[in-house]
Amino acid sequence: MKEFSLILKSLMRNKIGALLIGLQIALTLTIMVNAVFMMQVRSEQMSRPSGLDEDNIFYLSNTIFSNDYNQPVNLKRDLDIIRNIDGVVDATQINAIPLSGGGWSMGLQTETGEEQDSVGVAVYMVDDHGVNTLGVDIIHGENFSLSDVEWRPSSKTSWPAKIILTQAMAESLFAETWQDSVGKTVYINRDEPMQIIGIMKTLQAPWNGWNGVERSILVPYQMETKGGRYIVRTEPGRRDEIMPLVEKALSDADKGRIIRRVTSMEETRERSYRNHDAINKILTVVIAVLTLITGFGIVGLAMFSINRRTKQIGTRRALGASRWQVMSYFMLENLIISTFGIALGLAGAIALNMWLVSSFAMKPINSELLFAGVLVLYAVGQLAVLYPARKAASISPAIATRTA
Amino acid sequence: MFLYYLKLARISIIKHWGMSALMIVAIALGIGASMTTVTVTYLMSANPIPHKSDNLYYVQLDSWDVNNPANDDGTPPDQVTYRDGLYLFMQQKAYRQSIQAQANAVIEPEGKDALPFQVSARANSADFFSMFDVPFIYGSGWDHQADISKEQVVVLSRETNDRVFGGENSVGRSIKVAGNFFKVVGVIDTWQPVPRFYDITTGAFNESEEIFVPFSMIAEEKIGRSGNTNCWKNVGDGFQAFLDSECVWLQFWVELNNEQEKQEYQSFLNAYVEQQKSFGRFERPLNNRLSNVMEWLEQRQVVADDALMMTAMSLMFLIVCLLNTVGLLLAKFLSKSSEIGLRQALGASRRTLFAQYLVESGCIGLAGGLLGLFFAWLGLKGIDVLYGDMLRNLTSLDTTMVVAAISLAIVTSLLAGLYPTWRACNVQPSTQLKAQ
Repeated sequence: MKEFSLILKSLMRNKIGALLIGLQIALTLTIMVNAVFMMQVRSEQMSRPSGLDEDNIFYLSNTIFSNDYNQPVNLKRDLDIIRNIDGVVDATQINAIPLSGGGWSMGLQTETGEEQDSVGVAVYMVDDHGVNTLGVDIIHGENFSLSDVEWRPSSKTSWPAKIILTQAMAESLFAETWQDSVGKTVYINRDEPMQIIGIMKTLQAPWNGWNGVERSILVPYQMETKGGRYIVRTEPGRRDEIMPLVEKALSDADKGRIIRRVTSMEETRERSYRNHDAINKILTVVIAVLTLITGFGIVGLAMFSINRRTKQIGTRRALGASRWQVMSYFMLENLIISTFGIALGLAGAIALNMWLVSSFAMKPINSELLFAGVLVLYAVGQLAVLYPARKAASISPAIATRTA
Repeated sequence: MFLYYLKLARISIIKHWGMSALMIVAIALGIGASMTTVTVTYLMSANPIPHKSDNLYYVQLDSWDVNNPANDDGTPPDQVTYRDGLYLFMQQKAYRQSIQAQANAVIEPEGKDALPFQVSARANSADFFSMFDVPFIYGSGWDHQADISKEQVVVLSRETNDRVFGGENSVGRSIKVAGNFFKVVGVIDTWQPVPRFYDITTGAFNESEEIFVPFSMIAEEKIGRSGNTNCWKNVGDGFQAFLDSECVWLQFWVELNNEQEKQEYQSFLNAYVEQQKSFGRFERPLNNRLSNVMEWLEQRQVVADDALMMTAMSLMFLIVCLLNTVGLLLAKFLSKSSEIGLRQALGASRRTLFAQYLVESGCIGLAGGLLGLFFAWLGLKGIDVLYGDMLRNLTSLDTTMVVAAISLAIVTSLLAGLYPTWRACNVQPSTQLKAQ
């Protein structure tokens, strides 16, 4: 421990250099820990399942511009064409696509009345093929039957009699008794009754940033609309081969509309989380570069202090100090500076996190992450000082005998 | 003398090339990272129409549910209902006013081989073009009379005109839009406000529209509206019921020339709402807003949280890089103690020494800044790749940012060099000479 007090004494004589490195380490820890934390939060969001058979699903827009277009007949024709293509598992018309960012939301409540609280929910309008096309799992109750499906002319606003909802939505409406909610009635538009006939495990809403992203319902509706969408599920692995087939078959069947934006669910997911993905990549680069800069800063300053102390080191060696003793001097010196920086950095990390929590509704950081950050920075410090320390150890004792 | 200092700086930088490179790269990375994020944030928060942003006001009326506010922060709904918008438009109480909504349509070009294609459309009234300074190549916008008499006229974007008419002057010709013939009255030159402030609800950084048609075409059902629609009350069946409903889906802008006009318009709005209250509408407390362009962008928080967070992070990053540079400069200058001692002994004043070392720091800063600009350019390219069209209008370096980057680099490196220089110049010549 005699070494320790010696190092402290020499550090105090060159306070500024040590202080600069310490501050650098502190800021690096502050940024690193918070950046990794932000990345973790995003990765968690990205890994939530949508409930869909995403790998084998694609969709397209059916934009009608002809003024005399028989929608009921043509919708049936289109769906027959798609469903009869070899390799297609099922298809349905749908009003919105999960994760796509655009959709329809309504409020549901368990009792009628203006003053009752309603729970926001994403609405998907599909026919009796909807459940099979999306690939969602019904865990209680049953699917729609053909006779449940109603025709919805544009601007009609009343709602069908039956719905299927997600488990998360059932839990929001009925809390612990959600498992028994099949057969119960809920109200849309304050007082229009709908009966729950099924509960599905998961189906995400179109908005990935919404705090109710797990709350959705299916309603049995076929829509008369000039801007409709079809969603198609294929046999595993055949999506890319079938996408152009469906596009061509539909385009050929009718010239009064345009088939546009044939898009896979995979692409939609990628687009939906592009923001998250981009930020995670940027943060990774930031952390890597920051660690490198700090590392090189430590190398630079250590080299400098060794150059200044060449004669002193030579003298120590001449007086019998081993190479290891010289090396450990510098490593211990770095350990002391690192400890100072890390202590400061821990405070900084927590403070930055508190600011993020209050300004951007982030969650508080966990202690494992802080601990990991501390370990990494100690390791970086020791690694960085290794090369200068070895260089110091290799100084010849003969140096001591020379002047200057 | 300055040139002599430059020469000394060059010699010194080359002599300690490893350390100098490290400093230059550190400054460059700091500048590069912070300039990348600052550029994105700066463009997000830019004033899209600086010379008249204070005279353009976005109108909000609180027509919402008495039991539930439209927004948690108590602000009125982001758009207005058809009946309110139409009333305000018909009254023509402001210097200029624009009623508008997002729409889309299919264009069927003439000619056997030409395929129909879909365009994004804006349904707006005549004043839109003069209020928002829309530049024209051919023709102009339509006039107020065309709005009133529901003329089927259209203004095309440059791209749409290129596509349908091969870029010719198409004013006076007709084009089939959504199954009806519209007469072309004007062609717009490239026009892309950033942010696209006139309609934030459909994306503040989206592209501007491909065609513009009179707002009346929506009620006539000649063109299909799209965009954001919010309802709190049951609508009822049929399109007329939708128009009469409490759903908000259109934007209303007014141009007012001074504070007095603004106050008059505010009283006009309040009087209208008071009158509507007697019909059982507008049950919430009086909460009508007139926000100018920057206030509106601020209220809707157009600058994303992510961008602010990244900016804060990258500024901290820059500080780390500067601490690094201070440390390295300190090391470098102190290692020259003997040289300084020698020069002082030979009669160099502290001032000259100070100037010499600051020139050296400045050179390192300049080099770091230039390299940093390159890194910033790379960073923006990277953001372009990562975000694709989501931030497509936000990733270009303009002159302001280039100048800002270089000055930031030089100023920060001079600051970083100040303390080491001061230390270096305080060396006692006698101690150094003795050691020799």
